[in-house]
Amino acid sequence: MIAIYILWLRQLKRFIRKKTSIVGALGQPIIFLVAIGFGFGPVFARAGAGNYIQFLAPGIIVMTVLFTSIFTGLEIIWDKQFGFLKETFVAPISRWEILLGKTLGGATVAIIQGVLVFLITLIAGFRPQLATLPLALLFLFLVAILSSALGAAIAARLDDMQGFPLIFNFLVQPLFYLSGAIFPIQNLPKALDIATKLNPFSYGVDGLRYAFGGAHVFSPWLSLAVLCSVTIIILSVGVYQFNKVQL
Amino acid sequence: MDIIEIKNLTKKFGDFTAVDDISFNVKRGEIFAFLGPNGAGKTTTIKMLTTLLKPTAGNILLDGHQVTDNPHQTRQSFGIVFQDPSLDNELTAYENMQFHAILYGLKKDVYQKRIVDLLNLVELYDRKDSFVKNFSGGMKRRLEIARGLLHNPKVLFLDEPTIGLDPQTRNHIWAYIKNLNKQENVTIFFTTHHMEEVERMAEKIAIIDHGKILIMGTIQEIISAAKTKTLEEAFISLTGKNIREEAGNAGQNQMRINNKLMR
Repeated sequence: MIAIYILWLRQLKRFIRKKTSIVGALGQPIIFLVAIGFGFGPVFARAGAGNYIQFLAPGIIVMTVLFTSIFTGLEIIWDKQFGFLKETFVAPISRWEILLGKTLGGATVAIIQGVLVFLITLIAGFRPQLATLPLALLFLFLVAILSSALGAAIAARLDDMQGFPLIFNFLVQPLFYLSGAIFPIQNLPKALDIATKLNPFSYGVDGLRYAFGGAHVFSPWLSLAVLCSVTIIILSVGVYQFNKVQL
Repeated sequence: MDIIEIKNLTKKFGDFTAVDDISFNVKRGEIFAFLGPNGAGKTTTIKMLTTLLKPTAGNILLDGHQVTDNPHQTRQSFGIVFQDPSLDNELTAYENMQFHAILYGLKKDVYQKRIVDLLNLVELYDRKDSFVKNFSGGMKRRLEIARGLLHNPKVLFLDEPTIGLDPQTRNHIWAYIKNLNKQENVTIFFTTHHMEEVERMAEKIAIIDHGKILIMGTIQEIISAAKTKTLEEAFISLTGKNIREEAGNAGQNQMRINNKLMR
């Protein structure tokens, strides 16, 4: 257990020391809020769907957590290349402890980043219901663990960063855009409807909207169940992949 | 009982045999040099001895532990300095040491003192709070050696520990290592391409090529068996004059090359 703690702590220290990347990671959510949020706001209102910032903010927070977590998970590739992974592999701890430590570290970092973006959405005019904030944090936590584990599972299979654009454009981006983060997922064309319902992050976005007191599509229990079970599956796949890594 | 007992050890990658049925022992407290040209199977053997690779066949006992059956006990018994650097550049020297201590389950009051002692030994104590990314190659190596010793291992593996270092630093590093071997009775198992380092340090030598042990013995025994004047001549006469291509896993070799370029 102490091994998981020190791996988690390492991740956190590395995060806090990279001040520029903390600020840098806020850029994209701010652009989304300003350009898309205020840009599409009038159209959204005219369509009778209400305040767009109110709708978009949870989606932007999930985006931040999703991107940050996956990237932290993918950092395992760097640990491979810079040899640090070897140091942990010859230590008297199990591979699953290493994976769990990394995953929890990445998730924590992502949640901090997500909370920062949450504060920015408040400035932009987001007015959530705050009584159920713990529930919102629970949804964020699940989204963070899921994406961090996903990043780690992918990183276990890769030896260098060359596959990175492929992962970003064909996995991370679709997971975000097809999650209902920027548009409502009711009354969609059939193919899109199926894609959004199969995407576990749709349940994260929807759950977070529910927790903030906004309009939601799925039952929060369904969202919790989907997130928990997909997280467990991805973590198991990650452990399996990690056990096979040879350095 | 010998500290390392290797019996019929074999490692195959697909149809390529990197290590081919080797057997040898290393005595407790010995300084043992494991030599061979590039791609001879040195690093593959070390990876099997240090639980990073599973042997295809054969048996290894390290400090009495079956390496494949009891990886965790084995890992407590050895320390290793890898061929490529393996420090976290974003952490300080002290934090790298602390990370290692906690991974190996050392208690705080134990490791605090031990870290101070070891950092003093490798003359890095005054830099303990500097980030490793600001260290020179020699300082990183010294830190890695100190880190490898933190959990009081019985064996210290050093895979080309002086690669890319200037003669001054190399001298220093070998002086520390000799000192450690004497003071803490740590068995030293090292590889290098510098024959003068072997002549200075090694009590026993094994030469491996094409995955097989060609010869084993003291420096004198090897020189007389090869009927040459120096160890370097003996090495070349035994392993041939051809330059070796590194075989094995292509992706891994690319990573090794990248790592060397990044140092």
